[in-house]
Amino acid sequence: MTLLRHVLTALVAGVVLFLLATRLSAYRDYQMAEIAAYVVAVAGLTVLIGISGQISIGQGAFMAVGAYATALILQHQAAWPIWLVLIVATLATALAGAIVGIAAARLRGPYLAGVTLMLAVALPSVAEAYQSVLGGDQGLPVAATVPGFLGVSFPLTRWQAWLGIAAALVVLVLLANLMRSGIGRNWRAIRDDEVAASLAGLNVARLKVLAFIVSAACAGLGGALFGVVTTIASPGAFTLTLSIGLLTAAVIGGLGSLAGAIWGSLLLVLVPSYLSNVASSHGLSSAASSSVPIAAYGLVLIAVMLAFPGGIQGALRRLLGPTAPAATTPLSALRRHASASDHKEESKT
Amino acid sequence: MNGTHRKGLASVAGIAVLAMLAAACGSSGSSSSSSSKALTASAPGITSTQITIGSHQPLTGVAAPGYDEIAPASNAYFQYVNAHGGIYGRKIVYKYLNDQYDPTLTTSVVHQLVLQDNVYAIFDGLGTPTHLAVAPFLNSEKVPDVFVASGCECWNSPSTWPYTFGWQLDYVREGKILGNYVKTHFAGKKIGVFYQNDEFGQDGVKGLDYELPAKDIVAKEPYAATNIAIGPQVAALKAAGAQVVISFSVPAFTALLELNGLALKYTPQLVVSSVGSDPTTLAGLLEAFAKKGGATVNGSSLTQGIITDSYFPSLGDTSNSWIQLFTKIHQQYVPKLPLDFNVLYGMGVAYTFVQAMFKAGRNPTRQDLVNAINGGLPQAVGLTPYAYSATNHNGFTGGFVGVIKNGVEVALGPVQTTGTSATSPVTTYSTPQPAAPSSGIPSP
Repeated sequence: MTLLRHVLTALVAGVVLFLLATRLSAYRDYQMAEIAAYVVAVAGLTVLIGISGQISIGQGAFMAVGAYATALILQHQAAWPIWLVLIVATLATALAGAIVGIAAARLRGPYLAGVTLMLAVALPSVAEAYQSVLGGDQGLPVAATVPGFLGVSFPLTRWQAWLGIAAALVVLVLLANLMRSGIGRNWRAIRDDEVAASLAGLNVARLKVLAFIVSAACAGLGGALFGVVTTIASPGAFTLTLSIGLLTAAVIGGLGSLAGAIWGSLLLVLVPSYLSNVASSHGLSSAASSSVPIAAYGLVLIAVMLAFPGGIQGALRRLLGPTAPAATTPLSALRRHASASDHKEESKT
Repeated sequence: MNGTHRKGLASVAGIAVLAMLAAACGSSGSSSSSSSKALTASAPGITSTQITIGSHQPLTGVAAPGYDEIAPASNAYFQYVNAHGGIYGRKIVYKYLNDQYDPTLTTSVVHQLVLQDNVYAIFDGLGTPTHLAVAPFLNSEKVPDVFVASGCECWNSPSTWPYTFGWQLDYVREGKILGNYVKTHFAGKKIGVFYQNDEFGQDGVKGLDYELPAKDIVAKEPYAATNIAIGPQVAALKAAGAQVVISFSVPAFTALLELNGLALKYTPQLVVSSVGSDPTTLAGLLEAFAKKGGATVNGSSLTQGIITDSYFPSLGDTSNSWIQLFTKIHQQYVPKLPLDFNVLYGMGVAYTFVQAMFKAGRNPTRQDLVNAINGGLPQAVGLTPYAYSATNHNGFTGGFVGVIKNGVEVALGPVQTTGTSATSPVTTYSTPQPAAPSSGIPSP
């Protein structure tokens, strides 16, 4: 039943968004595709942190893996259909996630944050170290074109938006089902109390690695989409700033909530672009107007955290309070507040 | 959005029709030449009163020092043109956005300029790695991509990128001219090369390799623009015993090269390509970086004696009509900016754009601008003619080698031109540069 409900919701959302993409201007389509890419990456992260209780500051690095994988595949296998390229790029990133995840399963809290932080800092430099393959600072072109059956005059940005929406919806449906499956329950169990979970017979390490792989795979797909949208995979896009941006998007949206991942991604893309337009139209100097979005983003983050510790989705739930269906989430949210104080600290790091 | 756009177009078209009718009624006797044709919204970004163009520029970040003056200087020239009648009466609106010299940000701001702001053309987009990220997009959208602020030889690809045009002396030619100078004036010396590890530096090194004997080059040290820790490279140059160091670097890295050398008591003869040698920018950077490291240096004395090249008349040549024109506009519109090579560059490239726009006609489509440049432009701000043709999208083809003395470049030799192949010789170009028009604006 749940599966059916998720698929139906996604289908309705899909039809609405597809139609919307045909009505919006090319630039809005471009932004929509960008948002979709972030939604995929943030959704993976919010599951990792909010459901399995592990933290990662390296989501941006996994996006880089996905983007570079896409660029390399398109370079060598230009004839592959785009869905195959995206799937292979996702699998490649999942593999990278497995390697890091196995190492990371032994760590928790700030130590895990440290390892993933290292990843975010170090990975972009790999592109410089292997200049001939990865193109150095300049990066690699991601040469994804509109498929032939749509016709030659089909706008590239609309196709990118469609692709992004389709991928994001598939990921959201899969994640929503995963969260409500036995695996999701087990993740919640280890998040709330590892010792109790292992006493109950759960293989904690294996579950943690699995969560890490799922999250990395999402980042990989997000990165692949991001590469397709911006037509480039370059180290400048996948800096520590991006990883922290993704983390804040997950937190602002509401940890552990897929709807929250959408809110967070919307803010991540729209707030800076709106504010830099406002700043430049008010005649601020270029140096000042380029710092405004970052400053404002910080303010939004502080405000949301003070007013709604549960993020935007948490606030919505509270506002819609009694009318909202009392699903499994309120209970887990309650438990999170009551028990796992170390978990709260993690979210702050 | 679509609706208002259509309404806007309809009203503009309506006005245009009325104006044409009026013109037809009024001038039944006189011949209605093309110059009296009403101004129409002939292309995206062009209305009856305005031409909107866009650009991506590093206004903050590692490439910003010096380069952040270029777009304001271009804008100053456009304001001058606007104040003196515009282009066939239309005013130029120049919208340049900050990409921080980061290729991904470049794609984002260029998408905004083309898709949201509907610019007519991307003008003077700055940087090799940055602009490479958007050139395919601009060409697939058929947006004129004129006068890229980078000397990458890659902009000259009329068959793959018909809408892209270079402007400044390309790095291969620049490398050949500098290499040729070093070969004749520092014969037998050990030569080291320091270069930015992308198409910018690699093209420059290619030009050097065409001219310099391989046995004289004792070290080639690349740097990445994102990593300012270049100590190891400088130490390697010193260890190889390089007496002359030829540098293809942006200004910040030229300054770092010199300061790292000072720290190692290593002061080879520096030969720096024009993009990284502006004395004013360098002096400021040298002092700022030294201060950060807790030292004090005299920036301008450290720039003394650097050998470089230029495809413009030197700023020290105050009798040159172009220098006079740009000094006048500088004082009137952007007096706060230092009058340096970057300002000269910004105004120069803006002049070329105005030349091309006048040639493109009263109501140009995007293709008209491309055709106008493909048809060639008369020599103006550069010391050599433009190379533009349907099969060549390079701008200038040569310049002179000079040395920095008291903050300005003093010529060490004649203006030289060359080709981009290994075999094309470096030859002297003796035809004098034409004078600037007294109005300061190219004639239509």
